[in-house]
Amino acid sequence: MSDQPDNGRRQFLSRGTAATAAVAVAPGVLLYDFARARPPAEPASSAVRWGLLIDTTRCDSGCDACVSACREENALPLPLKPTDPQWIRKVELTQEGTGRKVSLPMMCQHCAEPPCVDVCPTGASFKRADGIVLVDKHRCIGCRYCMMACPYKARSFVHEPVEDHSGATPRGQGTVESCTLCVHRVDEGRAPACVDACSREGHRALLFGNLNDPDSAISQRLRSVASVKLRADLNLDPGLSYVGL
Amino acid sequence: MTTRLSPRTELRNFALLLAAGLLVAALGLWAAHFMESRGHIVTGMNNQVVWGLPHVFAIFMIVSASGVLNVASVGSVFGRAVYKARAPLAGLLAMALLAGGLAVLMLDLGRPDRVIVAATHYNPTSVFAWNVLLYSGLFGTVALYLWTLMDRTMGAWNKPAGFLVFLWRFVLTTGTGLIFAFLVARQAYASALLPPLFIVLSLAWGHAIFLVVQHAMLRWNAMELHPGIQKRLKNLLGVFVLSVLYLVAAYHLTNAYFARQSAFERYLLLDGGAVTALFWLGYVGVGTLLPLALIFLPKAGGQRCVLGAALGVIVGAFSLLYVFIIGGQTYPLQIFPGYHAVSSFADGAITPYAPSLPEWALGLGGLGIAFLITLVGVRVLNFLPRDVPGQPVESN
Repeated sequence: MSDQPDNGRRQFLSRGTAATAAVAVAPGVLLYDFARARPPAEPASSAVRWGLLIDTTRCDSGCDACVSACREENALPLPLKPTDPQWIRKVELTQEGTGRKVSLPMMCQHCAEPPCVDVCPTGASFKRADGIVLVDKHRCIGCRYCMMACPYKARSFVHEPVEDHSGATPRGQGTVESCTLCVHRVDEGRAPACVDACSREGHRALLFGNLNDPDSAISQRLRSVASVKLRADLNLDPGLSYVGL
Repeated sequence: MTTRLSPRTELRNFALLLAAGLLVAALGLWAAHFMESRGHIVTGMNNQVVWGLPHVFAIFMIVSASGVLNVASVGSVFGRAVYKARAPLAGLLAMALLAGGLAVLMLDLGRPDRVIVAATHYNPTSVFAWNVLLYSGLFGTVALYLWTLMDRTMGAWNKPAGFLVFLWRFVLTTGTGLIFAFLVARQAYASALLPPLFIVLSLAWGHAIFLVVQHAMLRWNAMELHPGIQKRLKNLLGVFVLSVLYLVAAYHLTNAYFARQSAFERYLLLDGGAVTALFWLGYVGVGTLLPLALIFLPKAGGQRCVLGAALGVIVGAFSLLYVFIIGGQTYPLQIFPGYHAVSSFADGAITPYAPSLPEWALGLGGLGIAFLITLVGVRVLNFLPRDVPGQPVESN
């Protein structure tokens, strides 16, 4: 029996291990690169600005899949009363004069200059570096000044004790809440629940992506079609844009 | 001339008033507890009308707290002895009204248990946060001012302290007006007219409250107000009422001129139901025309007329604030100009609002707190306005 090591076997093992590692790691690397998943310890970066492009020409007035998906994701009650929270709602528009009908989803516009953040006395309303506007439920005192300040009626006040805590975001009576752009999903490299639901229905009216990346699908689409921001006269630079208004 | 009450009757009346004040304040605290435990679902508020009747009471008291100091400012800053005799009462009333107003504001929060967070986490861009400093500052400056009035050794500091209070109250009322003026979202607000309007409102409302309290105190002590002093105080109220009318008219007429605001003005002034009725009957009728008649008509201007005018101004104040705060919210936000909007979240629709019993109780409870502080204050401290006999009133 030879004392020489079995080079062939050793080479096979080392190459095999490398190949196995590559097979195991590559999808993760690819996924990271594609969707910008963010490790939990890493803070949100201002290199990214998340946004949505809503194509009202693709939005079906009879469809509320985005609203249902949001309600399910965040364990929100079915809105039956004016006191019930609505993080996203469908709005049916009729143009004055022409009578043209438009249907669209309406939610927090994740402004670059959010009035809700400016007016909040405790700093509970805040904007992340990546442009997502949130409410710190542990710091909110429930003064509702942000609701008075929001031009989009995007915020809801929790008027009753919260029974269902199974949602992705903490909720509490006496505090203000609104669309989080499904920040928990975005940090995992996934799109918001409303965007996925719209795609599943085949409408693809909601396009989510990084506005700071000129090569992202949303940036390319924004360059190629005419879009508007709601209440553009206020110069709040919302992260959401609408096509077909 | 009324006769002075016997000490025993006086004590009984004081105890009755104290009990009534305690009962109203206790009902307010019960309402706050009820709202905190059940949630704001027990109020008439919703996701469109987010500030309800408690804010009407709170803002009335906070704005009036500044205005009630008118006589103190005229007395100390401009050296008028007749007014300075009324400065201690004005200082006490200011602190009482501010305490009542802030109590309502704090207890109407969704999480009143977290109110300390407003002090530990301060957002310098928030006008609400600025007002936290302004309100606490008014307590401090008025307390300092009262000290200079009550302690003879501090007399030299009275004028500077009076000047500080004078400045502070103008900044504070400006700050309260800015709470609304900085709201770009809603059509009723976002106007640079609001800070000056709030200053003039504070002058009228605070002066009206002062006149009512002074009348009650003089009646209690079987004293009559010198006709010359009465004339000056009532004319001052008349000037304030006219100033408010001018700025309110300017606010609504400029709004009505802008095409983008005309539908909103139409709602407030013509089609708004209770809001419209409160504007015309409550503010214009009872709060403006009636007081002006009671003050300036040839045969008017007596004690009862002035009391009636002051009470009318207070009724008008609540009416105007209701129209401003509630009417400004029940009208829908204009998010999609050029479109008619419909949704499950009251887009494009007038939202009905009816204040609930706990809201009334909380608001009145704030008034009860202010009443209690005033009642005990004037009993313990010697704050009855005493005019020096033979003082040349007209020269003051």
